[in-house]
Amino acid sequence: MRLELHRVSVRNVLWGDTTKVEDGTLFVNKEEMLSVVRPDERIAKASLELARPGESVRIIPVKDVIEPRCKLSGSGEVFPGFVGGMETVGEGATMVLDGAAVVTCGPIVAFQEGLIDMSGPGSAYSPFSETCNVVFIAEPVEGLDQHSYEAALRESGLKLAWYLADCCRSAKADLVKAYEMEGPVRESALYPHLPKIAYFCMSITQGLLHDTFLYGADMKHIVPTLIHPNEKMDGAMISGNCVSACDKNTTWHHLNDPIVEELYSRHGKDLVFLGVIPTLEDTRLAGKERTSWFNANLARMLGADGVVISEEGYGNPDTDLCMNAAKCEKLGIRTVIISDEAAGTDGKSQGLADATPEMTAFVSAGNVNEMVELPAMERVIGFPESIANLSGGAEESLRKDGSMFVELQAIIGSTNELGFSRIGARWV
Amino acid sequence: MMTKRVVCYINQFFAGLGGEEQAHVPPSSKAGTMGPAMQIDNLLGEDAEVVGTVICGDSYYGENMEKARVECLELVSAFGPDLLIAGPAFNAGRYGVACGDICKEVSERLEIPSITGMFPENPGVELYRSGTYIVPVADSARGMKNALEAIATLAGKMIRGEKLGAAEDEGYISRAIRKNFFHEVSGARRAVDMLLKKLDGVSFNTEYEMPVFKRVTPAPPVMDMSKATIALVSSGGIVPRGNPDHIRVSSAESYGVYDISKLDDLTPEVFESIHGGYDRVWANEDPDTVLPLDIMREMEKEGVFAKLYDHVFTTTGTGTAVSHAERFGREIGERLKKDGVDAVILTST
Repeated sequence: MRLELHRVSVRNVLWGDTTKVEDGTLFVNKEEMLSVVRPDERIAKASLELARPGESVRIIPVKDVIEPRCKLSGSGEVFPGFVGGMETVGEGATMVLDGAAVVTCGPIVAFQEGLIDMSGPGSAYSPFSETCNVVFIAEPVEGLDQHSYEAALRESGLKLAWYLADCCRSAKADLVKAYEMEGPVRESALYPHLPKIAYFCMSITQGLLHDTFLYGADMKHIVPTLIHPNEKMDGAMISGNCVSACDKNTTWHHLNDPIVEELYSRHGKDLVFLGVIPTLEDTRLAGKERTSWFNANLARMLGADGVVISEEGYGNPDTDLCMNAAKCEKLGIRTVIISDEAAGTDGKSQGLADATPEMTAFVSAGNVNEMVELPAMERVIGFPESIANLSGGAEESLRKDGSMFVELQAIIGSTNELGFSRIGARWV
Repeated sequence: MMTKRVVCYINQFFAGLGGEEQAHVPPSSKAGTMGPAMQIDNLLGEDAEVVGTVICGDSYYGENMEKARVECLELVSAFGPDLLIAGPAFNAGRYGVACGDICKEVSERLEIPSITGMFPENPGVELYRSGTYIVPVADSARGMKNALEAIATLAGKMIRGEKLGAAEDEGYISRAIRKNFFHEVSGARRAVDMLLKKLDGVSFNTEYEMPVFKRVTPAPPVMDMSKATIALVSSGGIVPRGNPDHIRVSSAESYGVYDISKLDDLTPEVFESIHGGYDRVWANEDPDTVLPLDIMREMEKEGVFAKLYDHVFTTTGTGTAVSHAERFGREIGERLKKDGVDAVILTST
C-alpha cells in the first residue's frame, strides 16, 4: 500500500469570504462552514471561533481535536465510517492542512474534559497551542441525553475538518511524503535479518462516553485486529471518548501517530514494521483476558519479535497494560510500554494501579497529577466555569481573576501515551 | 550575591579526636572548618563559606538519637546556615545514619537544603534518602577527593539557586519522588530505541521500575453470616447531593462518612455520583447501582446477615494517590473494627 501525504502549511487563520488557503493563511467562511453541520436537531446553538498560537486565549472544555484532511486520490474518503464510507483507506494521496485543527468544545461529561492554552506556561504542554484552531462550540437542545450530544459533537467535528481540507484541495503542497509498505508477510521476507515489530494501539473502550471507533465500529464490540499504518493516516481510528484530557488520544493524535511515524521511518533500516493492532481496554475481566490473549496471539502469528504498546488513560487500563506485557513476554515477544503515571501531586505515589515484573521496559509520558499554575487568559472560548468539574481541577482551582492552579491532567495532550511529546517523569 | 553560609557536620574520627574509642563524644562545634570541611570550603569557592563545623560521636548519636538530634540542631542553627553538608559517611553505618538524621532534621526545622554522601549500601540511604540529598560515594575514605568534589558541585548549584534536573543527572540518590521533565526526544522515539536495545540484549534504562505492591493477608472468612455485621464502603464516589464534604472528583484526599441508618434505598434526590472516572449517567439515575444500599437492606431484612452498619464510607477512586488510599483503609478499618463490624463490601468502579 502506498499513501502520499500532501502537507499544505497553515501558519495563520482568518475569517474570509471564501474558505481557502493562501500563502500559509487559512481563510474560513464562517457561515458556510457552519452550514455543513446544519441542520442538526440535536444542536440548539452552534458557533465558531478562532484561536491562534501565541494569543492569550484558553479553550475549555475541549472534546476532540481533528486535523483537516481529505482524499485527493485513492479509494474511499478520510474518517471512514463517518465522513467516508467503509472502503479501506490508506492508498493514493491525502491532503493535510498541516498546522490547522478543528477543536470541538462543549460541556458533555462534565468531568474529564480538558483545556488548551494558546500561550503562557500551559502552552508548553499541548501540541494544540501551536496549531491554528477553528473551534466549534455547540450547545445541545434542552433535554438531549449526553450520548446524543457527544455523537453530535463528534460527527460535526469530523465533517468540519473534512470541509476545511476539501475547500483547499487544489492548494499546492509544501511537503509531499510517501508512506509505502506491503503487508507483514512480504515485508518480513524482504528483511529476514531485521527484528519484526508490531504495535498495540490500546484504546479506551469503556462505554458511556469513553469510546473509540474503527471504521465507524464501536471498538468495545470488536476483538483486536490488524490494520495497515496508512489506514490510521486516513482517519481509520476516531476518538469518541472523554477520558482524562492529558492522555486521551485525540483524533489528531491518531492521524499523526508518532509511534507509526517512528516505526515507519525505521522500517527496512533497523526493524520491520509489521502493522498496527488497534485493541481494546475492556472494563470487565473476561474482556481484558480475551483482549490480551488475542493481542499476544496476533503478535505471535505475525512473527513479532517485539511489540510497542501504548496505553490510553490510566487506572483501570493499567491492568490491561500488565496483561498485555506479561502474555507477550511469556511467549518470548519483547515489549516496551508507553504510559503516563498517576504519582500524586507530591510525586511520591506509585504511578500505576497495577504492576507486573515483565514490564521491564517502560517509557514515561509524565506524572498526570503534577500541579501547574496557569495564568488568566484575556479571552476564554467555551465555558470557563467547567474547570470545577475537570479531572485535575476542583472548585478552588479557578480563581476570580481567571488564573488556575490545576493538575497537568487538565491540559489536552499533556501526557499523551502515544509518546507524542518529549515529556516524561524522572526520579528526583 | 551575598556569600552563603554553610555548616558542616562530621564525626569524631574526621574531627581528629580519635577512632572508635572516641565514638561516644557528645556534640560540639567550632567556628570555621575542621577535617573535610576545609576542602569543602575550598571547593565552594566564592559562592559560599563554611562558617562552622559541628562534631558528634557516632555512638553518642546512635544511642541517644532524640537528644543528639536536638543538640546538634541547636549547634547547627547557631551558625545561621543556608546549607548543611554532613559526612561523607562512606559505608560507615552509624555515621551514615547520623548524617542522614541530622540532615533531615535541619532541612525540616530550618527549611534549608542539606547534602550528605554515602556509599549506596549504607543503611542510612534507605532511611534518609527522602529527607535530604544523598550523593553516592565510595565505600571508604580512599574516595574522599571524588566525594567532596561531587558534594561541592551539587552544593554549588543549590547555593546559586539553580534549577535542578533529575537525580541521575545531578548526581544524587533519588528521594523517590517523580517529577516531569522534557527529554531531548519524544516518548515514541525513546520507546522504539528502548525496545531495540532490549531485543539486542543491550542494557537499557527503564524510565520507571515496577513498584512492588505490599501484600496484605486477607482476614479469615466470616463463619456465620447470619450473625455478622456488614459495612458498605465505596470508592465509586456516591455522596449526599451537593457533595457537602467537597470530596474531589479525582485524586481524592479525603473520604466522607454518612449515616444511612434510616435509609432503605439511595435516590437521586438525596445522593449523587461525583466520580471523575466513569460516566455517571446510570449512577445518577439510581445511586444504588454503585453503592447497593437497597439490596443490602433486603438481605438484612431476610436475615442473610444480622446488621448493616449505620454509616457508609465513600471516596472517589480515580487517580487517588496510593498513600492516601492506604491511610483511608487504615482509618476506616480501625473504626469498623472498633464498632464490631465483621466484614465489608467495598464497591469499586
